[in-house]
Formats: sequence, C-alpha cells, structure tokens
Amino acid sequence: MSRRFVLALTLTTASIAPIPSLAADAESPLDAPWPAVERQAEGQTVYWSAWGGDPAINRYIDWVADRMGERHDLDIVHVKVDDIATTISRVVAEQAAGNDGEGAVDLMWINGENFAAMKERGLLFGPFARRLPNFSLTAPDDNPEMLTDFTLPTEGYESPWGKAQLTFYYDAERLETPPRNMSKLLSWAREHPGRFTYPLVPDFLGSTFLKQALLARVEEPEVLADPASRHDVEAVTAPLWEYLDALHPHLWRQGRHFPSSGPELKRLMGDGELSLAFTFNPAEPAAAVTAHQLPPNTRSYVLEGGTLGNVHFVAIPFNARHKAGAMVLANFLLSPEAQARKQDIDVWGDPTVLDMRRLDAAERDAFEGDRHPASPPPEALQRVLPEPHPSWVEALEAEWQVRYGDG
Amino acid sequence: MPYFVTGIRVVPVITLALLILPVLLGLAGVVAPAFGWHPALGGEAWTLVHWQALGNTTGLDDMIRLSLFTGLASALATFGIVALCLATFLETRAFGTIRRLLSPLLAVPHAAAAIGLAFLLTPSGLASRLVSPWLSGWSHPPDYLFPGDEAGLALTLGLTLKEIPFLLLMSLAALPQCRAGERLMMARSLGYGRINGFLKGVMPALYPLIRLPLYAIIVFATANIEVAMILGPSTPPPLAVAVVRWLGDPDLTMRFQAAAGALLQIGVTAGALLIWWLGERLVSRLGAGWLRDGHRRRGERLGRGLGTLMTWLAIGVLVAALAGLILWSLAGYWPFPDAWPAPLTLHAWQQATMGIGGPLSNTVTIGLAATGIALVLTLGCLEAETHRRRPLSAGAQLILYLPLLVPQVAFLQGLVQWQAQVGLNAGWPAVTLGHALFVLPYTFLSLAESYRRQDPRWRQVAATLGASPASVFLRIRLPMLAAPILVAGAVGFAVSIGQYLPTLLLGAGRLTTLTTEAVNLASGGDRRLTAVYALYQLALPALGFALATTLPRLWWRHRRQMLSGDAA
Repeated sequence: MSRRFVLALTLTTASIAPIPSLAADAESPLDAPWPAVERQAEGQTVYWSAWGGDPAINRYIDWVADRMGERHDLDIVHVKVDDIATTISRVVAEQAAGNDGEGAVDLMWINGENFAAMKERGLLFGPFARRLPNFSLTAPDDNPEMLTDFTLPTEGYESPWGKAQLTFYYDAERLETPPRNMSKLLSWAREHPGRFTYPLVPDFLGSTFLKQALLARVEEPEVLADPASRHDVEAVTAPLWEYLDALHPHLWRQGRHFPSSGPELKRLMGDGELSLAFTFNPAEPAAAVTAHQLPPNTRSYVLEGGTLGNVHFVAIPFNARHKAGAMVLANFLLSPEAQARKQDIDVWGDPTVLDMRRLDAAERDAFEGDRHPASPPPEALQRVLPEPHPSWVEALEAEWQVRYGDG
Repeated sequence: MPYFVTGIRVVPVITLALLILPVLLGLAGVVAPAFGWHPALGGEAWTLVHWQALGNTTGLDDMIRLSLFTGLASALATFGIVALCLATFLETRAFGTIRRLLSPLLAVPHAAAAIGLAFLLTPSGLASRLVSPWLSGWSHPPDYLFPGDEAGLALTLGLTLKEIPFLLLMSLAALPQCRAGERLMMARSLGYGRINGFLKGVMPALYPLIRLPLYAIIVFATANIEVAMILGPSTPPPLAVAVVRWLGDPDLTMRFQAAAGALLQIGVTAGALLIWWLGERLVSRLGAGWLRDGHRRRGERLGRGLGTLMTWLAIGVLVAALAGLILWSLAGYWPFPDAWPAPLTLHAWQQATMGIGGPLSNTVTIGLAATGIALVLTLGCLEAETHRRRPLSAGAQLILYLPLLVPQVAFLQGLVQWQAQVGLNAGWPAVTLGHALFVLPYTFLSLAESYRRQDPRWRQVAATLGASPASVFLRIRLPMLAAPILVAGAVGFAVSIGQYLPTLLLGAGRLTTLTTEAVNLASGGDRRLTAVYALYQLALPALGFALATTLPRLWWRHRRQMLSGDAA
C-alpha cells in the first residue's frame, strides 16, 4: 500500500510543479542518438493504454513489462481500457487543461479511425517510427502496410506492432461444410436460423464484418480507397444494407440483440448458441481451444477471395510524460524476441509484422512452431483484402445506428 | 483537553463539505459542455445544438423508458417483497434464518450478483441445462433474449434481487424506532392476522423511516452502469449506459452530447422520484379507508403464501447464481446440455493468479483507506452530536445521502474534467476519495443507532472520575462500541469493493480493481475467468464481515456483554 501511495503522491505533486532540472535535461528523443534515448528512459514509468479484454494479451504485456524492468530499468504500467477511445478522451481533456508535457498516457495501442482522429487533431508525438532501430526489420519499403493505416499514411506517428485478418471458425463436430463466401453465408443463415451473428457496431469486429460484407457486395471496390465524401455514399453502400436487411431476421436473437464484442461472440460459440463465428486474430480459435473455451474440434478458415486484414500499431500522445521510455518500449515490441513470443499460439498468437527476410536463421527459427488443428492453413492468410478509407467506417457505423441501432 | 471538543465540532462541517463540494463541482463540470462550452473540443460558444443532437438520437425515448421502467419496477418489486417478507416472518423463528441468509447477501457486489444471475438464466445457463434435453427437448440452447431483453426484465430482476437485502436491513434498523414489536402485538391482540396486522399497524409508521433508502434505490436503479451492462439490453441501452458510451466515442464531439445526456439523466431520475412520490400520495389517499375498514384477516393466506414464496425464491435464485459462479470457475470445456462440468479443472484459477495481484491490492488498499476516512468522519460527526446534545439536523441527514441521491454518471463526469483542470493526476488518492464519498453514508447509517443508543451514564461516570472528553471518547466509547464500529467498517469496505464507475472515471481507467476487471471480463469471452474474478470480488467483503464478527468475540471473550455494544 505505502509504495503505491507514495508513488501516487509523488506523481500528484510532480504534476503541479515540474522539477526544473529534469525538464532542462530532456533533449527531445526525436533528435537524440538512440543510446541517449535509452539513457533518458532509465527509471521512467511508462503508462501504456491498451485494450484489456483478453487475458492472454494481458499476460503477454505483463511479460513485456518484466523484460523492460530487467533490461532498461523501465516500469511499465498496463492501463487496461475497454475501448481506446476513453484514452483519447483523456488526452483531449489534458489538452483542454493546457497540459502539454505532463500527460498521463505514454503509449497507446491504436489504429484505424482512432489514429485518424488523433492525427487530425494534432494529438500525436512524432514522427518517431523510423527512429526505432528495430523498425527496419519490418522492411517498410517492401511492405507498404507498415506505413499505411486504413489507407492513411502513418508518416511515422505510429509504429507497427502486429497483424490481423478476419478469420471464420466453427465446430466441425456440429457443422460439416461452413459457408465460403458472403452470399453462401446468407443462404446458410436462412437454413440455420439463430446460429450466426456479429458484434454490435461500433465494436471494431462488428464494423469489420460490415466492411467485409461491403467489399463483397460493392460494384466498384476501388472507390473504397478514396474518402467517402468524394462518392455517393448512399448509392455505394445500398447493396450492403440490402444484404443486411435480408440477413438480420435469420441471425441469433433475430438480429434484435447483438453480442458486445469479439470475445462475447467467442463465448456464444463456446456455449453452443452459435455454429459459426469469426475473429480478427487468426490464432484466437486455437488459443481458445487450449483454454477450454471452444469445442475441441474447432476449425478455422478464410473466405474465398480473401478477407480484410490490417496492421495494428502503437503511438505516443503529444504530451506524454515519458516519451523516451515509450520509444524504448515500442522498439522492444518490434524485436524478434518479443514478436516471436507474441506469435506463439500458447502466448497470444498475434501474427508478426517483421519481414522474415530481414532476420538471421536463428531468429527465424523462433517463429516456427507446430500448427494447431484449429489454426487456419497458412496459405489462407495470404489472401488479404485492404482496409477501406476510415471515412467509410464512420459512414457505415452512423448509418447502421440509424437503421438497426434502436433494435 | 478542550482542543478535543473544539476539534470534534468541526468534523460535521468538514464532512458535509466533503459530501456537497464534489457533487456540486461535478455538476458544474457537466453543465458547461452540455451547453457547448469546451474550448479544447472547439466549443467556444454557448449553444443548444448538442441538446438537439441528443434529441435526434435514435432510440432516445427507449433509453428513457428503460431507465424509468427498470428503476421504478425494481424499486416497487423490492418494496413489495420486503414488505411481504417482514409481514410473513417478523417475530417468527424462520426470521432469524432469513436474516442470517440475507445479511451476507447484502455484501455481494452488484457486478458479481449480476454475473451470477446472467450465468444462471442465459439460454445456455444452468437453469436451462437442468431441464435439457429430457424435459425441454433442447439440444442447442434456445434462442430467447434473456438477459438483455428489450423490456429490461432481466435488469429489473437483477436490481430487485440485489436491493432486497439492502432494504430489508434498512427496515430492520428502523423497526425498533417505530416500535414495531409493540404495534404488532397490539394488532394481534385485537385479532388481526400477521399480514393485516403488519400492513395496517406497522407499515404506516415504518414507511417514513425507509423512504430515503427507497429513494436511494430508485436513483441507483434508474442510473446504474454495471448491472445494466451485464443484464440490460444493448440496442438501445438504458440512458446511463448510453451516456458512458458517448463519453468514450472516438468522435470527440460526442462528449458534448454525453454531458447533455448526463443532465437528461438527472431529469429522468428526478422524474422517477416524482412518479414514486405521486404514487405514495395516491396510495395514502386510497389506502386510508382500507386501513380503517376493520377487516382483520382478509387476504391473509394469499399474503403469507406470496411472502413465503417470494422470500425463498429470492434467496434461492441468489444462492443458485453464486453456486453457478463456483461451477464455472472450475469448468473445462462445458458443452451445452451437460448440467455438470466434467472434468473439473483449476486452469482458470491458475490463470487468474498471474494477473490478479495488482487489482487485488488496489481493491484492498482503496477499500481500507476509504473505509478508514469514512469511519473517522462518521465517528467525529456522532461524537460531535454528543457534545452539542442534539442529533444532526434533518437537512444535514439529507446531505449525508446526497451522493446516493444524485446519479453517479452525472457528477463523476464533471469531476474528471476538474481533475484535469487543476492538474491533479488521476489515480489512487482520487479514487480513494471518490469511494469515501459513497462509503460515508453507509458507515454513518450503520453506526448511528448503536452510537446514539449507548447509555450516557457510562460517560457520566467516567467524567465524574475526572476523565477528559478525549479520554472518555478513546477509552470508554470506542472500546465499548468496537463491535458495531467493526461492522460499520465491514459494510463500508463492501461498498467500496462494489464501486465501478468512480473507479473507472476518477482512476482514468489506470487503476484496476476486482470490480472493474470483473465487469470488463463479463463483457468478454471467458466465463471461467469472469467467475474467478467475481468470486474474489465476493470473497473480500465476506472476509471483512467474518473479521468484524469474530474479532470482538476474541477480544471480549471474557466480557460477553460487551458484544452488544452497550453493556447497560
């Protein structure tokens, strides 16, 4: 109790009266050579806002925190949020109060529309990504997705952390042939009423399902790369609403109620309420089988023609108190050691952002492992569809609320 | 030591300030953005557009309807069941058992009870497993919408079950004040049945004494977050949940709407209270004739049957919900119609040990500190009463209830804004003070009766023997009241453990407690881990009450009379 209390008191007083000597010392970590950044980071406490809804991810972050404490004398505090938007609200409130260098958030797990919103309002610190020694291991020039987030150039204001791709899963014991594309999904749902659903929009997995359906139904997918304002949103999205209007009566609870998130969707699968579900983390079904949450005969796959995929990132708020510490942490997250552990199915199973060609043989070996039968076949994950411009997501979410939001 | 008397007289002032200031400041911090003033978000002019936006929100009328309905229905059901339970069982042998079963259930945090209830009644829950497939023919879980039904019945049920122990204990404290025993005896001797005697003879005197707790129930039920998140519908949710969602929307302009929504929530809650108050008037007018009609046994059997059924049903559902939590915490993969998980595994408990250290220590330290603050202030206020020779004024008593009478979501939101304005870091101290705000009313209510009833002659004797007021307080009052003080502490600790929104908002999400973790997990995928956290959340208050009842027994093992708190 006392240690935490003293820490809290110190933080409180420090925020009222910043200690001048420290402030004078602090050369911006954007200009300093890397070893100097590491020196600056020593002894800092980095507050890292990251979604806290998955115990496996939380345990991985605990592991990262232990490594950082051992190697860089960095204290990492995982600030668990149910939606990173609450953290953005926090940063905005701090900006309102004129807090330009004493922010409570040092690093945040972010991508897509949240990144777009923060960048637009100048709430981010950077560009820092290329300053991280391990960033080059992602071979950004060969893998443009490391530099673009939902079609928006990151311009170094966020550093890649992991990859995700929409993956469907089912219980092979109860379902023999799952639907392989969106129109088969509709006819399958008609035959199996109440056995499929998607998370409540604007949960990101729910929005992802909307985008996947849009990509499958839209006449010219190219327009989705442009900002929505340049096109007739109503006309472009009409086939999607037609599709959902047809699908909803056959969903779980007749589409009157939706699970709140991907994990809840997974729980409904575990309870046997659904026969088919999907996730944005290809390794999740296998991990959940190991943790007794899904049936032992769970199998997963990717739709014909591919599914949506994207990269998720970490970013530093403009007013973070411990920028050097946050950069050292972001760099460690990109190390082969941390990435290999993250990809391990028994730990988290999040696919790596590193380009295997940039690693030496020993480092590459760490990424090889036995494939769990519930994991999707590796070749399936190569059919990745690009994310639409974030403005489409906003338009879809708003229209979804109007059409289905009041149940 | 005259400083003691001067000092102790300041305590009520400090206490009232501590209760009033945060509420008023918080409300002020919400009003400005609701009318467009929030420079950082580009709001630099006073405007009503955010009210228009709020008015145009899809499903707003459903949100308001849900808040009103669940709030009033659960309060009415709670009141009805408690009244019938008291009427049926008061002064019977079974009453001791019911009391012993219900009192610990008061300490069950809202979130844990809601999680247990959801696990029990969900389509794949224990209840439907027990009848499947042999009776129901279900091989897949049935597709019914519960919990989370649109009418809010699951939410109403959850709130009712959780409020019954609270109102029952409040009534038990009030019964001696209105001389219930004598009234009942008089009614019985005039030939009234148990039910008629209680409702006609005791209730009219009891009701004014439990009115404030009932109002607190209505306020809580119309504006609660965590129970509604677990048991309530999601499209649309009750208003308070929607406000918290808007607060967290990536579109930052939604925060204006959240502020306007918070003010609307105050209006809705006030509306619910008004409806209830009108109902009170109506009942007292319509009921006047019934009170005096002289019928002594009409409806007696129905009332008793209903009272018995409802009481045991409430206890049974709560106990089954908690038993379900234990099963889930030990389950491996548990496919649908199986009623018993096999094989049992400690996997979830082992998993939990890795992450639970931080939340557990936060919960305990915040709970102890908030309870400590609340106890010191409570004792100060009560001791000041002794020296001023009169109890707190009615207005001051009302202020004690203030944090319970204003919807949390309304003023906590504003406090967060102030927190940032004065550069105070979110964290342990802010959360602890926030908890103390909600703990204080409970410790005061829990302790006041015993403190006021202590025989004044003990103090007089001590004073004539030359003891100063300070040493009378420290050496006579405190030791003699050790048992009720510890119980008040256990009550406060339990209240602190159950707090969700203050922890979330004042801690900026950076502080996790067992409750925030349990609510987080409840919306997620892992039933087993959720059950483990809910059980931890439940075990702590239980431990507190166990200590509060055993410590005095050990302490006073040679002075048994001291356990009553008044050796007179």
